[in-house]
Amino acid sequence: MSTAPALPGIDAHPKLSVRGLYLSFDDGGKPRPILDGVDLTVEAGEFVCLVGPSGCGKSTLLHVLGGFLQPTSGSVEIDGEEVRGPDPRRIFVFQESAVFPWLTVEGNIGFGLTHLPGRERAERIAHYIDLVGLGGFERAFPHQLSGGMKQRLEVARALAVNPDVLYMDEPFASLDYITRMEMRRELLRIWQRERKTILLVTHDIDEAVQLGDRVLVLSARPARIRQTLEIPMPHPRDAGAPETIRLRSRILDEIGVAKNI
Amino acid sequence: MRRLKPLLPLALLVALWQLAAGRFIPTPTAVAHALGGLLASGALIKHIVASVFRITWGFLLASLVAIPCGMALALHRRWRLTVNPLLALLRPLSPLAWTPLAVLWFGVGDSPAIFLIFIACAPTLALIAMAAVRSIKPAYVNAGRNFGLSNVQLLRRVIFPAAAPQILAGMRTTLAVAWSVLISGEMLSVNSGLGFLIMDARNAGNRFDLVFAGMLAIGAVGFGIDAAMRLMERTEMMRWAQLR
Repeated sequence: MSTAPALPGIDAHPKLSVRGLYLSFDDGGKPRPILDGVDLTVEAGEFVCLVGPSGCGKSTLLHVLGGFLQPTSGSVEIDGEEVRGPDPRRIFVFQESAVFPWLTVEGNIGFGLTHLPGRERAERIAHYIDLVGLGGFERAFPHQLSGGMKQRLEVARALAVNPDVLYMDEPFASLDYITRMEMRRELLRIWQRERKTILLVTHDIDEAVQLGDRVLVLSARPARIRQTLEIPMPHPRDAGAPETIRLRSRILDEIGVAKNI
Repeated sequence: MRRLKPLLPLALLVALWQLAAGRFIPTPTAVAHALGGLLASGALIKHIVASVFRITWGFLLASLVAIPCGMALALHRRWRLTVNPLLALLRPLSPLAWTPLAVLWFGVGDSPAIFLIFIACAPTLALIAMAAVRSIKPAYVNAGRNFGLSNVQLLRRVIFPAAAPQILAGMRTTLAVAWSVLISGEMLSVNSGLGFLIMDARNAGNRFDLVFAGMLAIGAVGFGIDAAMRLMERTEMMRWAQLR
């Protein structure tokens, strides 16, 4: 068998490739379908947002991609390799903050770095504390931080292990409006600097339009991908620009929400 | 002045006590005298040491056995289904019902008392540890697995610290129950300890001043034990559960 040499800089596999994903839960003997044949491909360094009606299974989909749930059928591949469980190369940022309340800011960021020698670990922790602007809070416990700081801490903990992929499940949903806007800007800044592949689930269409290279619109449960929208606009994006408003209105149409209330 | 305020009800109680004193209720001064005598002779210390020794060992053994068992039950559904009925049967059984068997198996002395404490605490502690582990936020466990922890590391670095505050709070209430069980147990089957002191004082010619002195000592030591447990709950590693 002969294989053609791969061209330098071109990877044969997309970063993430999902094919024919089905998932159903057992509901008192009857299967209740949650995911109904999801196909998607994400390239390395891409920022993809998943939106859909509430309860459609978008969070469940992300848990399957993260390896926390086994699909009933179908496959999830990363770099051409089948996903069999969670892996430090792909970190999940949970909707309900999952920073460990019994550890300090330093302890949390260093959680996945115990394999590193002490000095390197300390340097890495200091770098990410700086990156998310938590300087001065190294020894603080999560209960001493605001909601936005906690969320930044979780992002820092995720980035510290240098993953290729970040899965973010409505990471800013519990924050107030202003903090949420700031967190979006922070996330974009970090993404532009570190070039991770990001899949972000949100119910906030403005968030998806502001952040994503691509927005995938899911159907109501059982979830399928109804529509893929490319967003070629450069950052920073103006939330009031006609192009943004047009995109937002298209997504709302797709989801089937009445715009005029 | 404000710091003395909590003492006010206590002073009131002593005053009422003085008024109520009679044939079966010794005066506060008589009890203070009895307490002084017990302290001077070293008898009080001897009985306190005996009781504290038993509760320490019984409670420690129960914790070391029951807490890991309870945590394991939380993580294994099938074990849980097997053991749960047994625990449900054991728990409402008064630990004192074991006294005849405890004496039969362990003779007299410290061992039967330690066994009673063990049997009083172990089922409750197992259930507490099980509930604590089962109520851990799934996101913590998922995050731990996401960072590539093995099962043993997950237990040590996530499950144990996440469940610790709830387990500790449960240990505190269990220990208070164990203390009262021990005192009752000592009335039945041993010849030292604060429970024995009370029974002995009554049997030796209705010395109610000594009975009252013993009761005060039991309250004071129980309070001390609880205060020590409360101090542990206040450490930074535990405090998050109350502040969240």
